[in-house]
Amino acid sequence: MRNSIGDQRPFYPRDRALHPPAFTPNYKSTVLRAPQQALLSLESSLSERTGPAFGHGLIGALDNDLIRNYGHGGEAIGQRIVVYGRVLDEDGRPQAGTLVEFWQANAGGRYRHKKEGYQAALDPNFGGCGRTLTDQDGVYSFRTVKPGAYPWPNGVNDWRPAHIHFSLFGHAFAQRLITQMYFEGDPMIRQCPIVRTIADDAAIEQLTARLDRQNTLPMDALAYRFDIVLRGRRSTVFENKLEGN
Amino acid sequence: MLNQLRPYRESASQTAGPYVHIGCTPNQAEITGVWAEDLGARMLQPQTKGERIVVEGIVYDGSGAPLKDAVIEIWQADAAGLYAGPGESRGAADPAFPGFGRQATDGDTGLFRFETIKPGRVPYDDGRLQAPHISVWIVARGINIGLSTRLYFADEAEANAADPVLLRVLDPRRRGTLIAAPAPGAEPGVYRFDIRLQGPDETVFFDI
Repeated sequence: MRNSIGDQRPFYPRDRALHPPAFTPNYKSTVLRAPQQALLSLESSLSERTGPAFGHGLIGALDNDLIRNYGHGGEAIGQRIVVYGRVLDEDGRPQAGTLVEFWQANAGGRYRHKKEGYQAALDPNFGGCGRTLTDQDGVYSFRTVKPGAYPWPNGVNDWRPAHIHFSLFGHAFAQRLITQMYFEGDPMIRQCPIVRTIADDAAIEQLTARLDRQNTLPMDALAYRFDIVLRGRRSTVFENKLEGN
Repeated sequence: MLNQLRPYRESASQTAGPYVHIGCTPNQAEITGVWAEDLGARMLQPQTKGERIVVEGIVYDGSGAPLKDAVIEIWQADAAGLYAGPGESRGAADPAFPGFGRQATDGDTGLFRFETIKPGRVPYDDGRLQAPHISVWIVARGINIGLSTRLYFADEAEANAADPVLLRVLDPRRRGTLIAAPAPGAEPGVYRFDIRLQGPDETVFFDI
């Protein structure tokens, strides 16, 4: 199996049916922000098949520990959890050495952001951001507190289910993805207008992390497993013959 | 291995939301002390090769209002037309230029601003040279999946006229949405690139 770093083959076309369309009026912010013209399909060039690489020098020792990376000696309050998983491509190839960024509300459902107005209290020891690089098997992990649900101004009484935002780079700008992770068993997932921008049930399931008792940190934190799939690269029979894969 | 065997499906996109800055530009969002500098905040070093330029602009919604909560990322070749990341096999890119930039739009005005260099030309797969361009990716509240576009330069008219991607945009007026012009009244080297999400001058967005 070919290492995906340095691979130059074009990508599978993005399956737009599993992604949310741009215009989803039940999520009201999309109404003025959704492009109305059709996307122009582009046969990718080097400009899309390359992407930034980030080294281990970028990552600080506490970057993947949201319980401790903001407090000055203190720890964040909340249900302690480890979130981990693999970053793969559509062919199941591990995406090694790729940057994963994450951000979230605190345990009370409050974001540390000046435009945030929810009355739940800030936690002086919780900033809400982290990042890490995947290892050679595509595995990432971080420790945090489970974020709270929170109300938001969309419908009169809409609430976001507990979620963590994820940003992934892969190895090419064409793989760039931002998404959100939800928690298994949360009845609010299917009630959320943002989740419901996705029409495909299986795609929503794929954004739902599983409680994983085998990987809990005993006497410390529960574990949730969340695998992420980025776009994979197309090969052709002709190319296979040439390169013998 | 045939393509039909593709066993996994890409994870679905979700909006970056109104608080994207917490994760992507925390220092700019006043979350300091977690890491020293926001990713992609600084593209230039003194020894970076190439012509210094500034790219600035505003992302407008369908009512003509600036997006004050967006994050813009750019990816570009170095001055010699080489990419810094994996997948570049033609040579080693300038070690003093990462090719990647990320900026939030200003919370009061909506302006974004990148200090970078003018990229060199990169070949298309058929060997034709593309005109100098910068790949642009936009995320924000209300954008369900990141929007991809390209920035070209008005002062590269000859190269633009033969660019294989610009030629795919059949309507010349729409083609113009991809071209940054020198900013009126600004110093030389400052290019204006406004992005319109809707309306008669809607920017061309690509399915890449």
